Amino acid sequence: MSSLSKMFGRKDRAEIGPLEYHRRIWLRVTVALTLIFLYMPILTLMAFSFNDSKRNIVWRGFTFKYYEKAINNSELIEAFLNSLTIAFVSTIASVILGALTAYVLWRFRFPFRAVYEGTMALPVVIPEICMGVALMVFFLRTGFNTGGWVWPFNLSAITIAHIAFSFPFAAIVIRARLESFNTELSESAKDLGASEFQVFKDIIVPHMKPGLIAGALLAFTLSLDDFVITFFTSGPGTLTFPVKIYSMVRFSVTPEVNAASTVLIVITVIITALALRLQNRNNMMQAG
Amino acid sequence: MQSPAPSDAPIIEIKDVTKIYGSDVRAVDNVSLTVDRGEFFALLGPSGCGKTTLLRMLAGFETPTDGTVTIDGDNMADVQANKRPVNMVFQSYAVFPHMTVAQNVGYGLKIDGVARKEISARVEEALELVKLGGLGARMPDELSGGQRQRVALARALIKRPSVLLLDEPLSALDAKLREAMQLELVRLQKTVGITFVIVTHDQAEALSMADRIAVMEAGVVRQVASPAELYEHPTSRFVGDFIGQINLFNGNASPAGEGKVNVSAAPLSDQVLDGNVTGSVCLAVRPEKVSVSRDKPADNNLLSIQGTVADIAYYGGYSNLYVEVGAATPILAEITNAERGVGSGYAQGDTVWVSWRSEDTLLFAE
Repeated sequence: MSSLSKMFGRKDRAEIGPLEYHRRIWLRVTVALTLIFLYMPILTLMAFSFNDSKRNIVWRGFTFKYYEKAINNSELIEAFLNSLTIAFVSTIASVILGALTAYVLWRFRFPFRAVYEGTMALPVVIPEICMGVALMVFFLRTGFNTGGWVWPFNLSAITIAHIAFSFPFAAIVIRARLESFNTELSESAKDLGASEFQVFKDIIVPHMKPGLIAGALLAFTLSLDDFVITFFTSGPGTLTFPVKIYSMVRFSVTPEVNAASTVLIVITVIITALALRLQNRNNMMQAG
Repeated sequence: MQSPAPSDAPIIEIKDVTKIYGSDVRAVDNVSLTVDRGEFFALLGPSGCGKTTLLRMLAGFETPTDGTVTIDGDNMADVQANKRPVNMVFQSYAVFPHMTVAQNVGYGLKIDGVARKEISARVEEALELVKLGGLGARMPDELSGGQRQRVALARALIKRPSVLLLDEPLSALDAKLREAMQLELVRLQKTVGITFVIVTHDQAEALSMADRIAVMEAGVVRQVASPAELYEHPTSRFVGDFIGQINLFNGNASPAGEGKVNVSAAPLSDQVLDGNVTGSVCLAVRPEKVSVSRDKPADNNLLSIQGTVADIAYYGGYSNLYVEVGAATPILAEITNAERGVGSGYAQGDTVWVSWRSEDTLLFAE
C-alpha cells in the first residue's frame, strides 16, 4: 500500500506512531501558544517601531523616522553607551571572579566550604529590590559617590553593583561545567611535568570554556537589561538604557521607545547567537 | 640530586610503605618491593587490594603514610609528581580532548621548554614507535579507543622516563585488541628498554606480559615471583586460587620425617607428600595436571580417585570435565581435545578415574 502511494508521489497519511508527538494536536497547540505568548509582544513592539504615529496606538504607515529620532536623542545614546560599557566591564569581571570562585570550590577542600558556596550563590535568590536598597545604602554610607567623576569612572558604582549580582550566576554555570572534568586529565598533565598553574591554564581553562561563554552571556544580558538595582545605584548623570527608557515611558509610549528597544533586542539576539555558535563549536571539539 | 646509582641497583625500592586513608583504612599495609632496571613488573590483585594506590604513590599522586619510595637512587618523599622521573599511562588514557594528537604527545616536552623543532621531530618518532605515524594532526575524538591508548603511551614515553607506570591499560579494550596490545606492550618495552610497572586485575594479562609479578591482597603483597613460579609454586592458597584455576581439598597434615608429611584430605586417600606444613592444610592441584581414565591407573605414584562426570564444558581446543568425587566441589580436569570429532570422549554420567602425580600436588598451610 505504502509503496503504491509512494509511486504516485502521494504522502501516506498513516496512523500517528507512538513517538510521533509532533503530529499530535495537543502538542501543536501547546507549541503555538507558547510561541504566541513569548513572541507576540516583542514582534508587536518591533513592528510598531516603524509606525508613523506619535500616539502609537493604531497603525498609520511605515517610517524610519523614529530610529532617526532615537539616534539623534543624545541622552538616549549616552544611556545606551553607558549600558554597553557597564555590561562589558561587569561581564569580564564577573567571568574572572566566577571562574576563580568555581575553581576554588571545585579544586580545594577547606573548612566551611559548603557555607561559602551557599553564601556565594545567595545573590541569585535574594530579591533584586533588597540588593538594590542594600547597595544604595552601602554606597551612601561609605561615601562612595562616583556621580561627579569623569566618564566612564562615574559608572563605577553601578558596575560594582552589577558585578556583585551577576558573578554568582557565572560561578554557578562554570562550577557545573567543572563537575564533568576527568581528574585524570589534570593528573596526566602534572605527570608530564606541568606545574599547578600550567595545569590550570592548559587543561582546566580549555575544559571550562563552554562554561565561561555561557557565564559571560548570562552576565552580559543580566547587566544590560537590569533596571531595579541600577535604579537604586545610579546617580544623576549616570543613566543606563533601561532606566532612560523607563523615564521616557513615563511621559508617553512613543515609537521612539519602540525603536530603541528594538535595537537592544537585536543586539542581544546577535550576541546570544554568536555565543551559542562558539559554544557549539567547542562542544563538538570535545565530544567523544 | 644524589650521586647516580650503580646500574645494577634496583630502579624502584619500596620500603615498609603503608598508606592509611581516614583513620583506619589500610589501603597499603607495610609493603616492601624492589623492581629491577629494565624489568616488566606487574602488580596483580583483585579490585581494592591496594595495587593502584601503590602505583599512584610511585607517580607521586599519593603520599605514603609511612615508609620510603626510592626511584633511581633518589628518595621521592619530597619530590612532587611533576618532578619525578616517571610517566604514567592512565586507565582512561586521559588524552587531552582539546589538543591534536601531536600536541598531546609533545605536551611534556613543551612544558620542559624543548625547542619547537626538536619537539616535532621527537613527536614524529614517538608516533612511529606506537604505529600512529601520520596521525599527528587528528583530534582525539577522531581516534578509536586503541589509538587513543597509543597516544597516551607515546605521550608518556616521549619524555624518556626511568619508569613507565601503566594503570589497567588494557581494561577498556575488547578481547582481540587486548591480546594484540599485550604483545605490543612487551615489544615496546624491549625496544625502549624502559622499566614498566603495570597494574592489572587480569591474571592472564600479568602472566603473559610480566617478567615478575607481585600478587596483592588487602593491601599486602602475598608473593613476588616470575609468572611460571607463581603458577607452578604458589606459596599460599590465595595466590594459587587467584592465578589460574585450581582444585582445593581441605585436610590435615602430620610430620612424617625427612621433609615429608602425612596428609589426610577426604575423600582422597591418605598420602605422604613432600613438604613441611603441618596441622590444618589445603591440598591443591591444577586442572591441566589432572588426567582422566576409564580404568584405575596402575602407577602407584599417582593420587587417584573414582567419580562420575557431572558436567562437560567444551572450549574447542580443550574441554573442562567436572568429576563428582564426594568432595565439597567436583574435581576440575582440563582435557586436550587432541583428536578431531572425538572431543574429550567422555559423557555426562560416565564413571571415571581422575589422577595426578604426587609431584604436581601443592600443599598450603591454612
